[in-house]
Amino acid sequence: MNTPTTFHPLARLLHWAMAGMIVAMLFIGAGMVATVSERHSGLLAIHKPLGIAILLLAIARLALRLRHRPPSLPADLPLWQRLAATASHWLLYALMLALPLLGWGMLSAGGYPVILGDTMRLPAILPENALLFAWLREAHRYLAWLLFLTFVAHMSAGLYHGLVRRDGVLASMLPSRRRREPVVTDG
Amino acid sequence: MTIRFGHAARWALIGGLACVTVAAFGYVGGWLAPHRLTPQRLVDTFEDNAGLHPGYRRNHAKGVCVAGWFEGNGAAGAYSTAAVFARGRTPVVGRFALPGGNPYAADGSVPIRSMALRFNLPDGGQWRTGMNAMPVFPVSTPQAFYEQARAARPDPATGKPDPARLAAFFAAHPETAAFRAWVKQARPSASYATERYDSINAFYLVDAQGQQRAVRWAMVPQAADAGPGPAGDPDYLARDLQQRLAVGPQRWNLRITFAAPGDPVDDAARPWPSDRRTVDAGTLVIDRMQPQDSGPCRDINYDPTVLPEGIAPSADPLLAARSAAYADSYLRRTAEEAHLPGAARPVPEATR
Repeated sequence: MNTPTTFHPLARLLHWAMAGMIVAMLFIGAGMVATVSERHSGLLAIHKPLGIAILLLAIARLALRLRHRPPSLPADLPLWQRLAATASHWLLYALMLALPLLGWGMLSAGGYPVILGDTMRLPAILPENALLFAWLREAHRYLAWLLFLTFVAHMSAGLYHGLVRRDGVLASMLPSRRRREPVVTDG
Repeated sequence: MTIRFGHAARWALIGGLACVTVAAFGYVGGWLAPHRLTPQRLVDTFEDNAGLHPGYRRNHAKGVCVAGWFEGNGAAGAYSTAAVFARGRTPVVGRFALPGGNPYAADGSVPIRSMALRFNLPDGGQWRTGMNAMPVFPVSTPQAFYEQARAARPDPATGKPDPARLAAFFAAHPETAAFRAWVKQARPSASYATERYDSINAFYLVDAQGQQRAVRWAMVPQAADAGPGPAGDPDYLARDLQQRLAVGPQRWNLRITFAAPGDPVDDAARPWPSDRRTVDAGTLVIDRMQPQDSGPCRDINYDPTVLPEGIAPSADPLLAARSAAYADSYLRRTAEEAHLPGAARPVPEATR
Protein backbone atom coordinates (compact mmCIF):
# COMPACT_ATOMS: atom_id res chain seq x y z
CA MET A 1 0.00 0.00 0.00
CA ASN A 2 1.39 3.38 -0.98
CA THR A 3 1.61 6.20 1.50
CA PRO A 4 -1.01 8.79 0.51
CA THR A 5 0.29 12.09 -0.86
CA THR A 6 -2.64 14.12 0.38
CA PHE A 7 -4.89 14.12 3.41
CA HIS A 8 -8.22 12.31 3.20
CA PRO A 9 -10.76 14.65 1.49
CA LEU A 10 -12.90 14.70 4.62
CA ALA A 11 -9.85 15.54 6.71
CA ARG A 12 -9.11 18.49 4.42
CA LEU A 13 -12.70 19.68 4.65
CA LEU A 14 -12.63 19.41 8.44
CA HIS A 15 -9.24 21.12 8.62
CA TRP A 16 -10.35 24.24 6.76
CA ALA A 17 -13.80 24.44 8.32
CA MET A 18 -12.35 24.08 11.81
CA ALA A 19 -9.49 26.47 11.04
CA GLY A 20 -12.05 29.19 10.44
CA MET A 21 -14.10 28.24 13.47
CA ILE A 22 -11.14 27.99 15.86
CA VAL A 23 -9.53 31.25 14.75
CA ALA A 24 -12.91 32.99 15.04
CA MET A 25 -13.37 31.39 18.46
CA LEU A 26 -9.99 32.66 19.70
CA PHE A 27 -10.80 36.21 18.64
CA ILE A 28 -14.35 36.02 19.99
CA GLY A 29 -13.08 34.76 23.35
CA ALA A 30 -10.37 37.40 23.65
CA GLY A 31 -12.76 40.13 22.57
CA MET A 32 -15.74 39.26 24.75
CA VAL A 33 -13.78 39.42 28.01
CA ALA A 34 -12.15 42.70 27.00
CA THR A 35 -15.20 44.90 26.55
CA VAL A 36 -18.12 46.13 28.65
CA SER A 37 -20.09 47.02 25.52
CA GLU A 38 -23.07 45.07 24.12
CA ARG A 39 -20.53 43.07 22.14
CA HIS A 40 -19.78 41.21 25.38
CA SER A 41 -23.23 39.61 25.42
CA GLY A 42 -23.42 39.02 21.67
CA LEU A 43 -20.00 37.36 21.49
CA LEU A 44 -20.70 35.25 24.57
CA ALA A 45 -23.87 33.95 22.92
CA ILE A 46 -21.79 32.80 19.90
CA HIS A 47 -18.86 31.51 21.95
CA LYS A 48 -20.73 28.74 23.75
CA PRO A 49 -22.49 26.95 20.86
CA LEU A 50 -19.44 27.44 18.63
CA GLY A 51 -17.27 25.81 21.30
CA ILE A 52 -19.54 22.78 21.49
CA ALA A 53 -19.55 22.54 17.69
CA ILE A 54 -15.73 22.57 17.69
CA LEU A 55 -15.68 19.86 20.37
CA LEU A 56 -17.92 17.57 18.32
CA LEU A 57 -15.98 18.19 15.10
CA ALA A 58 -12.68 17.66 16.92
CA ILE A 59 -13.84 14.24 18.12
CA ALA A 60 -14.87 13.31 14.56
CA ARG A 61 -11.58 14.61 13.22
CA LEU A 62 -9.50 12.71 15.75
CA ALA A 63 -11.33 9.48 14.84
CA LEU A 64 -10.64 10.16 11.16
CA ARG A 65 -6.99 10.91 11.86
CA LEU A 66 -6.54 7.65 13.76
CA ARG A 67 -8.21 5.67 10.95
CA HIS A 68 -6.50 7.29 7.94
CA ARG A 69 -2.75 7.72 7.78
CA PRO A 70 -1.70 11.24 6.88
CA PRO A 71 0.88 11.75 4.09
CA SER A 72 4.41 11.44 5.39
CA LEU A 73 6.67 14.46 5.68
CA PRO A 74 9.44 14.98 3.08
CA ALA A 75 12.43 12.72 3.73
CA ASP A 76 14.86 15.65 3.70
CA LEU A 77 13.04 17.58 6.43
CA PRO A 78 15.40 18.25 9.37
CA LEU A 79 14.70 16.14 12.44
CA TRP A 80 13.82 19.12 14.65
CA GLN A 81 11.22 20.29 12.18
CA ARG A 82 9.83 16.79 11.93
CA LEU A 83 9.53 16.60 15.73
CA ALA A 84 8.06 20.10 15.94
CA ALA A 85 5.45 19.21 13.33
CA THR A 86 4.41 16.02 15.11
CA ALA A 87 4.33 17.63 18.56
CA SER A 88 2.41 20.71 17.42
CA HIS A 89 -0.17 18.62 15.55
CA TRP A 90 -0.94 16.55 18.63
CA LEU A 91 -0.92 19.70 20.76
CA LEU A 92 -3.52 21.21 18.43
CA TYR A 93 -5.70 18.11 18.75
CA ALA A 94 -5.34 18.17 22.55
CA LEU A 95 -6.23 21.86 22.80
CA MET A 96 -9.20 21.75 20.44
CA LEU A 97 -10.64 19.02 22.66
CA ALA A 98 -9.55 20.49 26.01
CA LEU A 99 -10.67 24.10 25.59
CA PRO A 100 -14.38 23.43 24.99
CA LEU A 101 -14.37 20.91 27.85
CA LEU A 102 -12.67 23.45 30.13
CA GLY A 103 -15.22 26.09 29.17
CA TRP A 104 -18.12 23.71 29.78
CA GLY A 105 -16.53 22.52 33.03
CA MET A 106 -15.81 26.00 34.34
CA LEU A 107 -19.39 27.14 33.74
CA SER A 108 -20.60 24.01 35.54
CA ALA A 109 -18.26 24.64 38.49
CA GLY A 110 -19.31 28.31 38.60
CA GLY A 111 -22.95 27.25 38.94
CA TYR A 112 -23.97 28.84 35.65
CA PRO A 113 -26.55 27.24 33.40
CA VAL A 114 -24.84 26.23 30.13
CA ILE A 115 -27.20 27.60 27.52
CA LEU A 116 -26.75 27.23 23.76
CA GLY A 117 -28.82 29.52 21.61
CA ASP A 118 -32.11 30.54 23.18
CA THR A 119 -33.31 27.45 24.92
CA MET A 120 -30.96 24.46 24.68
CA ARG A 121 -29.40 23.76 28.04
CA LEU A 122 -26.53 21.32 28.55
CA PRO A 123 -26.11 19.38 31.80
CA ALA A 124 -23.40 20.33 34.28
CA ILE A 125 -20.31 18.14 33.88
CA LEU A 126 -18.80 19.14 37.24
CA PRO A 127 -20.21 19.92 40.69
CA GLU A 128 -20.68 23.55 41.74
CA ASN A 129 -17.40 24.63 43.32
CA ALA A 130 -16.05 28.19 43.13
CA LEU A 131 -12.44 27.18 43.79
CA LEU A 132 -12.55 24.68 40.95
CA PHE A 133 -14.14 27.40 38.81
CA ALA A 134 -11.18 29.71 39.40
CA TRP A 135 -8.63 27.04 38.40
CA LEU A 136 -10.58 26.04 35.29
CA ARG A 137 -11.23 29.64 34.25
CA GLU A 138 -7.53 30.48 34.37
CA ALA A 139 -6.61 27.22 32.62
CA HIS A 140 -9.12 28.18 29.90
CA ARG A 141 -7.38 31.54 29.50
CA TYR A 142 -3.78 30.33 29.40
CA LEU A 143 -4.45 27.30 27.23
CA ALA A 144 -6.35 29.57 24.81
CA TRP A 145 -3.22 31.72 24.56
CA LEU A 146 -1.19 28.56 23.96
CA LEU A 147 -3.65 27.52 21.22
CA PHE A 148 -3.36 30.95 19.62
CA LEU A 149 0.45 30.80 19.60
CA THR A 150 0.38 27.22 18.29
CA PHE A 151 -1.99 28.34 15.55
CA VAL A 152 0.36 31.18 14.53
CA ALA A 153 3.29 28.75 14.45
CA HIS A 154 1.22 26.20 12.47
CA MET A 155 0.13 28.84 9.94
CA SER A 156 3.68 30.10 9.55
CA ALA A 157 5.05 26.57 9.15
CA GLY A 158 2.41 25.79 6.53
CA LEU A 159 3.39 28.87 4.56
CA TYR A 160 7.08 28.00 4.97
CA HIS A 161 6.39 24.63 3.37
CA GLY A 162 4.28 26.17 0.64
CA LEU A 163 6.32 29.26 -0.20
CA VAL A 164 9.90 28.57 0.84
CA ARG A 165 10.44 24.82 0.72
CA ARG A 166 7.71 24.15 -1.86
CA ASP A 167 7.81 20.50 -0.82
CA GLY A 168 4.15 19.54 -1.26
CA VAL A 169 3.32 19.60 2.44
CA LEU A 170 0.96 22.58 2.13
CA ALA A 171 -0.48 21.16 -1.10
CA SER A 172 -1.35 17.93 0.73
CA MET A 173 -3.92 19.90 2.75
CA LEU A 174 -5.22 21.97 -0.18
CA PRO A 175 -8.15 21.03 -2.46
CA SER A 176 -7.27 18.10 -4.80
CA ARG A 177 -6.88 19.95 -8.08
CA ARG A 178 -3.76 21.65 -6.71
CA ARG A 179 -2.09 18.27 -6.25
CA ARG A 180 1.27 18.12 -7.96
CA GLU A 181 1.57 14.37 -8.45
CA PRO A 182 0.18 12.96 -11.68
CA VAL A 183 -2.92 10.89 -11.14
CA VAL A 184 -2.26 7.23 -11.81
CA THR A 185 -5.17 5.65 -13.57
CA ASP A 186 -5.92 1.98 -13.60
CA GLY A 187 -5.80 -0.18 -16.73
CA MET B 1 19.52 37.86 -7.52
CA THR B 2 15.84 37.74 -8.33
CA ILE B 3 15.62 34.34 -6.69
CA ARG B 4 17.21 35.69 -3.49
CA PHE B 5 14.85 38.64 -3.48
CA GLY B 6 11.93 36.31 -4.00
CA HIS B 7 13.09 34.25 -1.08
CA ALA B 8 13.30 37.30 1.18
CA ALA B 9 9.87 38.47 0.09
CA ARG B 10 8.37 35.10 0.92
CA TRP B 11 9.97 35.10 4.36
CA ALA B 12 8.70 38.66 4.88
CA LEU B 13 5.22 37.57 3.86
CA ILE B 14 5.24 34.73 6.40
CA GLY B 15 6.66 36.89 9.19
CA GLY B 16 4.38 39.79 8.34
CA LEU B 17 1.29 37.61 8.39
CA ALA B 18 2.27 36.19 11.79
CA CYS B 19 2.88 39.71 13.16
CA VAL B 20 -0.43 41.03 11.83
CA THR B 21 -2.26 38.07 13.36
CA VAL B 22 -0.64 38.60 16.77
CA ALA B 23 -1.29 42.36 16.62
CA ALA B 24 -4.95 41.83 15.70
CA PHE B 25 -5.32 39.44 18.63
CA GLY B 26 -3.67 41.98 20.90
CA TYR B 27 -6.05 44.67 19.75
CA VAL B 28 -9.17 42.53 20.11
CA GLY B 29 -7.99 41.34 23.53
CA GLY B 30 -7.58 44.93 24.72
CA TRP B 31 -3.81 44.84 25.37
CA LEU B 32 -3.17 47.09 22.35
CA ALA B 33 -6.33 49.17 22.91
CA PRO B 34 -5.49 51.23 26.00
CA HIS B 35 -8.51 53.51 25.65
CA ARG B 36 -11.17 50.82 25.49
CA LEU B 37 -13.25 50.44 28.63
CA THR B 38 -12.58 46.83 29.61
CA PRO B 39 -14.14 44.97 32.55
CA GLN B 40 -10.68 44.90 34.10
CA ARG B 41 -10.32 48.69 34.00
CA LEU B 42 -13.79 49.16 35.47
CA VAL B 43 -13.12 46.74 38.32
CA ASP B 44 -9.65 48.22 38.87
CA THR B 45 -11.36 51.56 39.50
CA PHE B 46 -13.38 50.02 42.32
CA GLU B 47 -10.18 48.57 43.79
CA ASP B 48 -8.50 51.96 43.50
CA ASN B 49 -11.38 53.64 45.32
CA ALA B 50 -11.95 51.15 48.12
CA GLY B 51 -8.58 49.43 48.40
CA LEU B 52 -7.90 45.74 47.71
CA HIS B 53 -9.99 43.41 49.88
CA PRO B 54 -9.09 39.88 48.73
CA GLY B 55 -11.95 37.40 48.61
CA TYR B 56 -14.63 40.08 48.59
CA ARG B 57 -16.82 41.32 45.76
CA ARG B 58 -15.30 44.41 44.17
CA ASN B 59 -18.62 46.25 44.47
CA HIS B 60 -21.38 45.72 47.02
CA ALA B 61 -18.63 44.20 49.15
CA LYS B 62 -20.39 44.38 52.52
CA GLY B 63 -23.41 42.13 52.88
CA VAL B 64 -25.07 39.00 54.22
CA CYS B 65 -26.38 35.80 52.67
CA VAL B 66 -30.07 35.01 52.93
CA ALA B 67 -32.29 32.19 51.72
CA GLY B 68 -35.94 31.33 51.35
CA TRP B 69 -38.35 30.87 48.50
CA PHE B 70 -40.58 32.63 46.03
CA GLU B 71 -44.27 31.80 46.14
CA GLY B 72 -45.61 32.42 42.63
CA ASN B 73 -49.31 33.29 42.38
CA GLY B 74 -49.65 32.64 38.64
CA ALA B 75 -50.63 36.23 37.80
CA ALA B 76 -47.58 36.83 35.56
CA GLY B 77 -47.91 33.45 33.84
CA ALA B 78 -49.90 35.02 31.00
CA TYR B 79 -46.95 37.28 30.13
CA SER B 80 -44.00 34.94 30.59
CA THR B 81 -43.35 31.24 30.14
CA ALA B 82 -40.80 31.30 33.00
CA ALA B 83 -41.67 28.52 35.47
CA VAL B 84 -41.02 30.91 38.36
CA PHE B 85 -44.24 32.76 37.53
CA ALA B 86 -46.45 29.67 37.73
CA ARG B 87 -48.32 29.01 40.95
CA GLY B 88 -45.91 27.36 43.43
CA ARG B 89 -42.59 27.61 45.22
CA THR B 90 -39.17 28.34 43.76
CA PRO B 91 -36.13 28.13 46.10
CA VAL B 92 -34.07 31.32 46.37
CA VAL B 93 -30.50 32.07 47.51
CA GLY B 94 -29.99 35.78 48.01
CA ARG B 95 -27.83 38.50 49.39
CA PHE B 96 -28.37 41.93 50.96
CA ALA B 97 -25.52 44.41 50.59
CA LEU B 98 -24.28 47.98 50.58
CA PRO B 99 -22.99 49.54 47.37
CA GLY B 100 -19.26 50.27 47.25
CA GLY B 101 -16.10 48.21 47.38
CA ASN B 102 -15.37 48.50 51.11
CA PRO B 103 -16.48 45.41 53.09
CA TYR B 104 -16.11 47.40 56.34
CA ALA B 105 -18.17 50.44 55.30
CA ALA B 106 -20.53 51.86 57.92
CA ASP B 107 -24.15 50.93 57.26
CA GLY B 108 -25.13 54.60 57.56
CA SER B 109 -22.51 55.80 55.08
CA VAL B 110 -24.73 55.33 52.03
CA PRO B 111 -28.52 55.64 51.60
CA ILE B 112 -28.74 52.67 49.21
CA ARG B 113 -29.07 48.94 49.95
CA SER B 114 -29.18 46.11 47.43
CA MET B 115 -30.90 42.75 47.12
CA ALA B 116 -29.53 40.02 44.86
CA LEU B 117 -31.43 36.81 44.20
CA ARG B 118 -30.88 33.53 42.42
CA PHE B 119 -34.06 31.59 41.71
CA ASN B 120 -33.47 27.90 40.98
CA LEU B 121 -36.33 26.95 38.69
CA PRO B 122 -37.75 23.43 38.77
CA ASP B 123 -36.86 22.89 35.09
CA GLY B 124 -33.16 23.54 35.80
CA GLY B 125 -33.23 27.13 34.57
CA GLN B 126 -32.00 30.04 36.67
CA TRP B 127 -33.06 33.62 37.20
CA ARG B 128 -30.43 35.90 38.71
CA THR B 129 -31.23 39.49 39.54
CA GLY B 130 -29.38 42.26 41.34
CA MET B 131 -31.68 45.04 42.53
CA ASN B 132 -31.08 48.31 44.32
CA ALA B 133 -33.15 50.30 46.78
CA MET B 134 -33.36 53.29 44.48
CA PRO B 135 -35.84 54.05 41.72
CA VAL B 136 -33.40 55.09 39.01
CA PHE B 137 -29.73 54.71 38.06
CA PRO B 138 -27.50 57.83 37.94
CA VAL B 139 -26.18 57.20 34.42
CA SER B 140 -27.16 55.52 31.16
CA THR B 141 -23.90 54.09 29.87
CA PRO B 142 -20.93 52.05 31.14
CA GLN B 143 -18.57 54.86 30.13
CA ALA B 144 -20.45 57.40 32.29
CA PHE B 145 -20.55 54.89 35.16
CA TYR B 146 -16.76 54.54 34.86
CA GLU B 147 -16.33 58.31 34.88
CA GLN B 148 -18.58 58.58 37.92
CA ALA B 149 -16.50 55.97 39.77
CA ARG B 150 -13.33 57.85 38.82
CA ALA B 151 -14.81 61.13 40.05
CA ALA B 152 -15.73 59.48 43.36
CA ARG B 153 -12.16 58.36 44.12
CA PRO B 154 -11.36 59.35 47.71
CA ASP B 155 -8.94 62.22 48.14
CA PRO B 156 -5.90 60.78 49.96
CA ALA B 157 -5.85 63.85 52.25
CA THR B 158 -9.43 63.60 53.49
CA GLY B 159 -10.38 59.99 52.72
CA LYS B 160 -13.53 61.32 51.08
CA PRO B 161 -14.39 62.06 47.44
CA ASP B 162 -13.45 65.52 46.25
CA PRO B 163 -16.77 67.46 46.12
CA ALA B 164 -15.50 69.62 43.27
CA ARG B 165 -14.71 66.58 41.11
CA LEU B 166 -18.11 65.05 41.81
CA ALA B 167 -19.84 68.35 41.07
CA ALA B 168 -17.94 68.59 37.78
CA PHE B 169 -19.01 65.05 36.88
CA PHE B 170 -22.69 65.75 37.59
CA ALA B 171 -22.55 69.05 35.72
CA ALA B 172 -21.19 67.21 32.69
CA HIS B 173 -23.89 64.52 32.96
CA PRO B 174 -27.40 65.98 32.90
CA GLU B 175 -28.86 62.44 32.66
CA THR B 176 -28.11 62.15 36.41
CA ALA B 177 -30.88 64.68 37.27
CA ALA B 178 -33.53 62.13 38.29
CA PHE B 179 -31.06 60.27 40.51
CA ARG B 180 -29.79 63.49 42.12
CA ALA B 181 -33.33 64.62 42.90
CA TRP B 182 -34.01 61.24 44.57
CA VAL B 183 -30.73 60.92 46.48
CA LYS B 184 -31.08 64.41 47.96
CA GLN B 185 -33.98 63.22 50.13
CA ALA B 186 -32.82 59.60 50.61
CA ARG B 187 -31.76 58.50 54.12
CA PRO B 188 -29.92 55.32 55.15
CA SER B 189 -32.62 52.93 56.36
CA ALA B 190 -32.46 51.04 59.66
CA SER B 191 -33.33 47.74 57.99
CA TYR B 192 -32.86 45.71 54.86
CA ALA B 193 -36.38 44.37 55.37
CA THR B 194 -38.24 47.66 54.92
CA GLU B 195 -36.65 48.59 51.58
CA ARG B 196 -38.11 48.39 48.11
CA TYR B 197 -35.58 46.94 45.66
CA ASP B 198 -35.84 47.90 41.97
CA SER B 199 -34.45 46.09 38.94
CA ILE B 200 -33.81 49.55 37.45
CA ASN B 201 -32.72 48.02 34.12
CA ALA B 202 -35.61 46.89 31.92
CA PHE B 203 -36.12 43.36 30.61
CA TYR B 204 -38.64 41.61 28.38
CA LEU B 205 -41.17 39.06 29.50
CA VAL B 206 -41.80 36.57 26.70
CA ASP B 207 -45.16 34.78 26.59
CA ALA B 208 -46.07 31.42 25.08
CA GLN B 209 -46.80 33.08 21.71
CA GLY B 210 -43.36 34.67 21.71
CA GLN B 211 -44.70 38.16 22.32
CA GLN B 212 -42.28 40.39 24.25
CA ARG B 213 -43.34 43.03 26.76
CA ALA B 214 -40.85 45.47 28.31
CA VAL B 215 -40.92 45.44 32.11
CA ARG B 216 -39.09 46.56 35.20
CA TRP B 217 -39.62 44.71 38.45
CA ALA B 218 -39.33 45.50 42.12
CA MET B 219 -39.46 43.68 45.44
CA VAL B 220 -41.93 45.71 47.54
CA PRO B 221 -41.60 45.12 51.30
CA GLN B 222 -44.51 43.95 53.42
CA ALA B 223 -42.76 45.29 56.53
CA ALA B 224 -44.06 48.83 57.09
CA ASP B 225 -41.92 50.06 59.98
CA ALA B 226 -39.26 51.84 57.91
CA GLY B 227 -37.08 54.34 59.73
CA PRO B 228 -33.67 55.95 59.70
CA GLY B 229 -30.68 53.96 60.94
CA PRO B 230 -29.18 54.58 64.40
CA ALA B 231 -26.30 57.04 64.51
CA GLY B 232 -22.87 55.91 65.69
CA ASP B 233 -23.34 52.19 64.93
CA PRO B 234 -21.57 50.95 61.79
CA ASP B 235 -23.10 47.46 61.72
CA TYR B 236 -26.79 47.63 62.51
CA LEU B 237 -28.24 46.14 59.33
CA ALA B 238 -27.16 42.52 59.84
CA ARG B 239 -28.26 42.61 63.49
CA ASP B 240 -31.64 44.09 62.58
CA LEU B 241 -32.22 41.35 60.02
CA GLN B 242 -31.22 38.67 62.51
CA GLN B 243 -33.70 40.04 65.07
CA ARG B 244 -36.50 40.19 62.51
CA LEU B 245 -35.84 36.66 61.25
CA ALA B 246 -35.85 35.37 64.84
CA VAL B 247 -39.46 36.57 65.02
CA GLY B 248 -40.50 35.33 61.58
CA PRO B 249 -39.84 35.29 57.82
CA GLN B 250 -39.63 38.60 55.97
CA ARG B 251 -41.73 39.12 52.84
CA TRP B 252 -41.74 41.18 49.68
CA ASN B 253 -44.22 41.30 46.80
CA LEU B 254 -42.70 40.93 43.35
CA ARG B 255 -44.25 43.81 41.43
CA ILE B 256 -43.83 43.83 37.66
CA THR B 257 -44.32 47.18 35.91
CA PHE B 258 -45.16 47.16 32.20
CA ALA B 259 -43.79 49.87 29.90
CA ALA B 260 -46.22 51.93 27.85
CA PRO B 261 -45.36 52.60 24.21
CA GLY B 262 -42.62 55.23 24.08
CA ASP B 263 -41.24 54.57 27.58
CA PRO B 264 -37.42 54.38 27.63
CA VAL B 265 -36.58 50.67 27.72
CA ASP B 266 -32.83 50.96 27.25
CA ASP B 267 -32.05 53.80 29.64
CA ALA B 268 -31.80 53.05 33.38
CA ALA B 269 -31.37 56.75 34.20
CA ARG B 270 -34.93 57.57 33.14
CA PRO B 271 -37.79 56.41 35.38
CA TRP B 272 -41.17 55.45 33.95
CA PRO B 273 -44.28 57.42 34.97
CA SER B 274 -45.79 56.07 38.18
CA ASP B 275 -49.17 55.28 36.60
CA ARG B 276 -47.90 52.34 34.54
CA ARG B 277 -49.79 49.06 34.79
CA THR B 278 -48.37 46.64 37.37
CA VAL B 279 -48.90 42.97 38.19
CA ASP B 280 -47.97 41.36 41.50
CA ALA B 281 -46.43 38.02 40.54
CA GLY B 282 -46.03 36.50 43.98
CA THR B 283 -44.29 36.74 47.33
CA LEU B 284 -40.60 36.48 48.19
CA VAL B 285 -40.17 34.86 51.60
CA ILE B 286 -36.78 35.16 53.31
CA ASP B 287 -36.56 32.95 56.39
CA ARG B 288 -32.85 32.56 57.16
CA MET B 289 -29.51 34.34 56.92
CA GLN B 290 -25.82 33.42 57.09
CA PRO B 291 -22.55 35.36 57.11
CA GLN B 292 -21.34 36.05 53.59
CA ASP B 293 -17.92 34.45 54.09
CA SER B 294 -19.49 31.02 54.69
CA GLY B 295 -23.03 31.30 53.32
CA PRO B 296 -24.22 29.92 49.99
CA CYS B 297 -24.38 33.37 48.35
CA ARG B 298 -20.60 33.72 48.58
CA ASP B 299 -19.91 31.70 45.46
CA ILE B 300 -22.72 33.12 43.35
CA ASN B 301 -22.15 35.78 40.71
CA TYR B 302 -25.46 37.66 40.58
CA ASP B 303 -25.09 38.39 36.86
CA PRO B 304 -28.42 39.96 35.82
CA THR B 305 -28.16 38.49 32.32
CA VAL B 306 -28.52 34.92 33.63
CA LEU B 307 -32.21 34.54 32.80
CA PRO B 308 -34.61 31.66 32.37
CA GLU B 309 -36.65 30.97 29.26
CA GLY B 310 -39.48 33.52 29.33
CA ILE B 311 -37.35 36.48 30.45
CA ALA B 312 -34.95 38.25 28.05
CA PRO B 313 -32.54 41.15 28.50
CA SER B 314 -33.32 44.57 27.03
CA ALA B 315 -30.72 46.45 24.99
CA ASP B 316 -29.86 48.61 28.03
CA PRO B 317 -26.06 48.92 27.64
CA LEU B 318 -25.58 48.68 31.41
CA LEU B 319 -26.72 45.03 31.39
CA ALA B 320 -23.84 43.80 29.24
CA ALA B 321 -21.43 45.93 31.29
CA ARG B 322 -22.73 44.48 34.55
CA SER B 323 -22.36 40.96 33.16
CA ALA B 324 -18.79 41.61 31.99
CA ALA B 325 -17.66 43.42 35.15
CA TYR B 326 -19.30 40.96 37.55
CA ALA B 327 -17.55 38.09 35.75
CA ASP B 328 -14.19 39.80 36.27
CA SER B 329 -14.93 40.50 39.94
CA TYR B 330 -16.08 36.90 40.38
CA LEU B 331 -12.87 35.55 38.86
CA ARG B 332 -10.71 37.80 41.05
CA ARG B 333 -12.36 36.80 44.30
CA THR B 334 -12.67 33.08 43.51
CA ALA B 335 -9.00 33.04 42.40
CA GLU B 336 -8.14 34.57 45.77
CA GLU B 337 -10.24 31.99 47.62
CA ALA B 338 -8.60 29.21 45.58
CA HIS B 339 -5.08 30.58 46.33
CA LEU B 340 -4.23 30.68 42.63
CA PRO B 341 -0.62 31.69 41.88
CA GLY B 342 -0.39 35.48 41.80
CA ALA B 343 -3.74 36.07 43.54
CA ALA B 344 -3.83 37.99 46.81
CA ARG B 345 -4.66 35.93 49.92
CA PRO B 346 -7.96 36.60 51.69
CA VAL B 347 -7.64 37.76 55.30
CA PRO B 348 -10.09 36.19 57.78
CA GLU B 349 -12.32 38.90 59.24
CA ALA B 350 -11.46 38.01 62.84
CA THR B 351 -7.71 38.56 62.38
CA ARG B 352 -8.05 41.89 60.69
